[in-house]
Amino acid sequence: MIRFDAVSKKYPNGTTAVDEVTVELAEGAITILVGPSGCGKTTTLRMINRMVEPTAGTVSLRGRDIREVDAPELRRGIGYVIQHAGLFPHRTVLDNIATVPLLLGWGRKKARARAAELLELVGLPAEMAKRYPNQLSGGQQQRVGVARALGADPPVLLMDEPFSAVDPIVRAELQTEFARLQKELHKTIVFVTHDIDEAIRLGDRIAVFRDGGRLAQFDTPERLLSHPADDFVAGFVGQDRGIRRLSFVQAAGLPLRDGPVLPVTSPVTAARALDEPWVLVVDDARRPLGWTPVADLPESGTLADAALVPLGHTFSLVGDSARAALDSALLSPARLAVGVDADGAVVGVADAYELTAGAAPARRTDAAGSTVAADSAGGDR
Amino acid sequence: MSDGEPLVRWQWIADHGAELADYTALHLRLGLLPVLFGLLVSVPLGILCHRRRRLYPPVLTVANILYSIPSLALFMVFVRYTGLTEQTVMIPLTLYTLSVLVPNVVDGLASVPEPVRLAATAMGFGTVRRVLQVELPIAVPVVIAGVRVAAVSSISLVAVGQLIGQGGLGYYITRGLQLDFPTPIVTAIVLIMLLALATDALLVLAQRLLTPWSRNRVTTA
Ligand SMILES: Nc1ncnc2c1ncn2[C@@H]1O[C@H](COP(=O)(O)OP(=O)(O)OP(=O)(O)O)[C@@H](O)[C@H]1O
Ligand SMILES: [Mg+2]
Repeated sequence: MIRFDAVSKKYPNGTTAVDEVTVELAEGAITILVGPSGCGKTTTLRMINRMVEPTAGTVSLRGRDIREVDAPELRRGIGYVIQHAGLFPHRTVLDNIATVPLLLGWGRKKARARAAELLELVGLPAEMAKRYPNQLSGGQQQRVGVARALGADPPVLLMDEPFSAVDPIVRAELQTEFARLQKELHKTIVFVTHDIDEAIRLGDRIAVFRDGGRLAQFDTPERLLSHPADDFVAGFVGQDRGIRRLSFVQAAGLPLRDGPVLPVTSPVTAARALDEPWVLVVDDARRPLGWTPVADLPESGTLADAALVPLGHTFSLVGDSARAALDSALLSPARLAVGVDADGAVVGVADAYELTAGAAPARRTDAAGSTVAADSAGGDR
Repeated sequence: MSDGEPLVRWQWIADHGAELADYTALHLRLGLLPVLFGLLVSVPLGILCHRRRRLYPPVLTVANILYSIPSLALFMVFVRYTGLTEQTVMIPLTLYTLSVLVPNVVDGLASVPEPVRLAATAMGFGTVRRVLQVELPIAVPVVIAGVRVAAVSSISLVAVGQLIGQGGLGYYITRGLQLDFPTPIVTAIVLIMLLALATDALLVLAQRLLTPWSRNRVTTA
């Protein structure tokens, strides 16, 4: 557990980078520091491994004032990942990863064995071990950077915009794997980003900073979206936070209607009688087969003869979020989300408007996945 | 030069083979030891200048002033202390290398990317270890580029030492002039050029072996 106690940092040129921050970062969780450029995120992060010394207040790690620990020694127990990886260009990938174990005196053989393990853990093939950093792509370098930070299995990991220098597709990939890794490793992670989506996606807790290094709000992602502390936070989390918030709402509570759903054995006349542009065709267990445009139906026969358009995505009422339901509505040819139960049978449909309107009074999940009673006073619509 | 005397008498070269080899070895020693000493001085001096930026301009000025003093004048100064010895030649040559080597060490250290320096610190390298294990190795290509310049110019400058009787292959140049006999002059000049070229080629090879990482660059996003 990392504790900031009335911590301030004034640089010699008079800039107050961090102003009286008091916060406690939970063990084994990901805390995100987010905020506009220059608001003191990096400074805050670097005060944890003493790369920056506070000018007031104390930072403690597991109850111990970090000033009591020799700085290089402290740092060997804290992994650090930065934006441009900062890999050592003159060392191979394997030796880069083995850096901290070597500093700790593990010996070359043991350090390299550990490095090979980590290379695999971050999803890189063993052949890459002998390459030099300039022979890797940006995303691969970033993975090596994470592996290197994990070298001596430190309980704490500091990450300063680790994924922001790679393109969006690689970034999404790195985020997914990072989340998977954390499920395995349970590190205490402090993660800086200026990307609110990344913060919401990865964070257990989010600290929003404002200019002048003041802490504006420290909360769970979902509380941040539903109860922004003030206009600054509300503006920062964005106009579309209503939609972002849907990620924390369970699909189970969404209002669905029966909609234009017909079994594959129905005559085409039944489909026309519904007076809808699209009909969802289901099998005898009510599992969805596809959408069919009513205008293109044959003159006679059953829906088995109809041309089907693929469903896109359905969403499950067990396990999916309202955000997935919304995506499914937007991607559907009929603009209708199809909700299915645990067996994959259609429960009902809803359009995007019905989904967003219905999400407010629904029940939502907290970060740990348990259900909590929601309130509709989010004030975000 | 007397009429009808050829530029090169091959027989003379054949007759003086062993002696030429000795002088070539001597020339190489007089030219390269100063580069080695220069490096031994420049690396710590360069590290110091890199860390204490304010020291760099005065140090560079002194190195450049030394470089601007004609070699003859420096030889004369040192003759008073070290006589007509090899040291008297090597000390000025060593001083000359500083004006190339110190800036190259400083530039080499400055070429270490900031994220790399930062990452090293963050991983718990102390200052000394960081300089020795991270910054200096990364500076090697730039430093070697300086060593190449210093070595070539030092090898060609050795001949001037003949003014105090310590000029390596320069010996043949004065001999040839005294005897009005071009063969030794041409031979010495060609040998000096070959020495410079061979040294340069070896340094390029050394850099490739020392810094396999600086090749095979792929461009990445
Ligand atoms: N060494 C320094 N000396 C003086 N001022 C500094 C120094 N480092 C940072 N600052 C200033 O302190 C403030 C906070 O900087 P910091 O790097 O912590 O911001 P940040 O939130 O990480 O910004 P970004 O998102 O741009 O990385 C900025 O105004 C910055 O200019
Ligand atoms: Mg920053």
